[in-house]
Amino acid sequence: MSKVQRIAILVLILLAIFFPIISQNDYFIHVMTLSFIWMIGVYGLNLLAGYTGYLSLAHAGFFAIGAYSLGLLTTKAEMNFWPALLLSLVITGIIGFFVGLISLRTKEHFFAIYTLCVGYIIYLVIDKWDSLTEGVRGLIGIPAPANIGPLSFETLQSHYYLVLFFLLLVVLIMYRIVHSLSGRTYIAIRNSEDLAQTIGISTMKNKLTVFVISTVIAGLSGALYASFVRFIGPDIGSIAIVFDFLTYLLVGGIGTLSGPIVGTFLVVVISQRLQFLQDYRMLVFGPVLTLLIIFYPRGIVGAVASWTQKRKASGHQTIMSAKKLPEEQVKEG
Amino acid sequence: MEILIQQLFNGLTIGSVYSLVALGLTLVYGILHIPNFAHGALYMMGGYITLTMMTKYGLHYWLAIFVSIVVVGVIGVLMERFVFHPLREAPPIHDKIAAIGILLFLEAFAQFVWGAEFQSMPTPYGQVVEIFGLTFTMQRLLIVISAIVVMILLYLFLKKTFTGSTIIAMSQNREGANLVGINTNKVAMLTFMISGGLAAIAASLSAPINLVFPAMGQLVILKAFVIIILGGMGSVPGAILGGYILGFSESLGATYISNDYKDIIAFVLLVLILSVKPAGLFSKGGH
Repeated sequence: MSKVQRIAILVLILLAIFFPIISQNDYFIHVMTLSFIWMIGVYGLNLLAGYTGYLSLAHAGFFAIGAYSLGLLTTKAEMNFWPALLLSLVITGIIGFFVGLISLRTKEHFFAIYTLCVGYIIYLVIDKWDSLTEGVRGLIGIPAPANIGPLSFETLQSHYYLVLFFLLLVVLIMYRIVHSLSGRTYIAIRNSEDLAQTIGISTMKNKLTVFVISTVIAGLSGALYASFVRFIGPDIGSIAIVFDFLTYLLVGGIGTLSGPIVGTFLVVVISQRLQFLQDYRMLVFGPVLTLLIIFYPRGIVGAVASWTQKRKASGHQTIMSAKKLPEEQVKEG
Repeated sequence: MEILIQQLFNGLTIGSVYSLVALGLTLVYGILHIPNFAHGALYMMGGYITLTMMTKYGLHYWLAIFVSIVVVGVIGVLMERFVFHPLREAPPIHDKIAAIGILLFLEAFAQFVWGAEFQSMPTPYGQVVEIFGLTFTMQRLLIVISAIVVMILLYLFLKKTFTGSTIIAMSQNREGANLVGINTNKVAMLTFMISGGLAAIAASLSAPINLVFPAMGQLVILKAFVIIILGGMGSVPGAILGGYILGFSESLGATYISNDYKDIIAFVLLVLILSVKPAGLFSKGGH
């Protein structure tokens, strides 16, 4: 990491920390908290789709599983928030493990279609299983996170910091994963699975690990959503949510570390600006998604990165030619 | 017994619609090897255009369907030209995301133009007919008959005409087709045109017994994917057979298992198939 990047990250974190103090507007804080929650989910999708090359369309399902597990454990089983959070992550992980075990045998299109159908099954089960999930009525009255010692999470501001903490944690985990040997392994699988297998990578084991991590993160995002919004309905498992995730990821940059943050932030802010469009915002984001994938397949972050790289390369060339020039002059002279 | 026959007939009706949608999907997959997630949106557009032509411009049902076929066919061609053609060298994940973008756009567009509410399509064939003591609505009979006619026409077109065989040639081997002088660009556009037209026919036929709304294509397209995996990606007879298999299993499942969970049957079927055979039922070994 370069010095500039370090400073930029520090400034961003400080901005995020001081945001509720600077902006006293509850609505903005609410929107920011929600977008942090989406970012966590998008990171989950990014690890799988961006780094490993498997486009999973079931992630809204895992988001919903996380949310419903937490909701059910806290309202129906009346558990304390923290063990319930941990348990809901475990539940999501276990379901993710079994789904991954089977779905990862398929590749490319089949994987996308398979996960699309798995996502739909999860949605239908939540919608129809009245006795457990309350069906279309949804779960009401999910409690806020319980106090940790003197820390309470009743206010909006404190909830904001809680979500921010989890976001930073997820980003840190992602950074560590991507820059480790496992991260390289995942990228190798994305670039060519056959080749990865040839050089002795156990692709199935690695893919399954990624799948489980990615679903657990989606589940974490869902659980935080449930405790923040306090009300969940089956709609959070619908395909529209996974398409939202994809939009955030694509705008920011698929397969980049900062992509999820940039994309989610931008799309959420623009959506707020385009509130008059409400249900029609996809009139704008649909074509944006398509155009981005044609012209800037790695999103804004990818475009900026390749632009700075080019500039560096051309800068390098001018230095080279400047060095060359005197020599040539000498020769000619 | 009567219920069984009635349900079998229902299965035949739903199956006909599924087959038509799956045919369009499988043709495009055969040519370009992309799963066109936007195909459901084409289906939805077909329904809306027929509806508008009938209610706003007072066209006759069949004439409205014809307009709808042409318009949706053109949308399909535009999609190929502007989106899938530039992406033909890109990694497979890109096509899928681009198609999802189109899907989102078309659904929002339909909601913007026609509103989010459910609309019913009038039909000149509302009467009830009685055959062998069983009652059928005319519209349902019409769906079955027209679907079979369309399938036969498509079959003749693919097998007996020169243009049709270029499509088959290209789905067998793109480079090979190019080498023998087939204009692959033209064939790709033609395929999208036919695919859109088939979606429009399916939507216009089934809309009078279902309803027209922006998300009407979502379930149908998911099921169409199940069908083409069932019948083999890119296979034309497979799509027809798969469509009817799914139609029958759904209508029987709704009566004898649970009406609430009838939509899940298709997906459970798919999950089972892919769990056992990860590359689809009729995959030809190897990678």
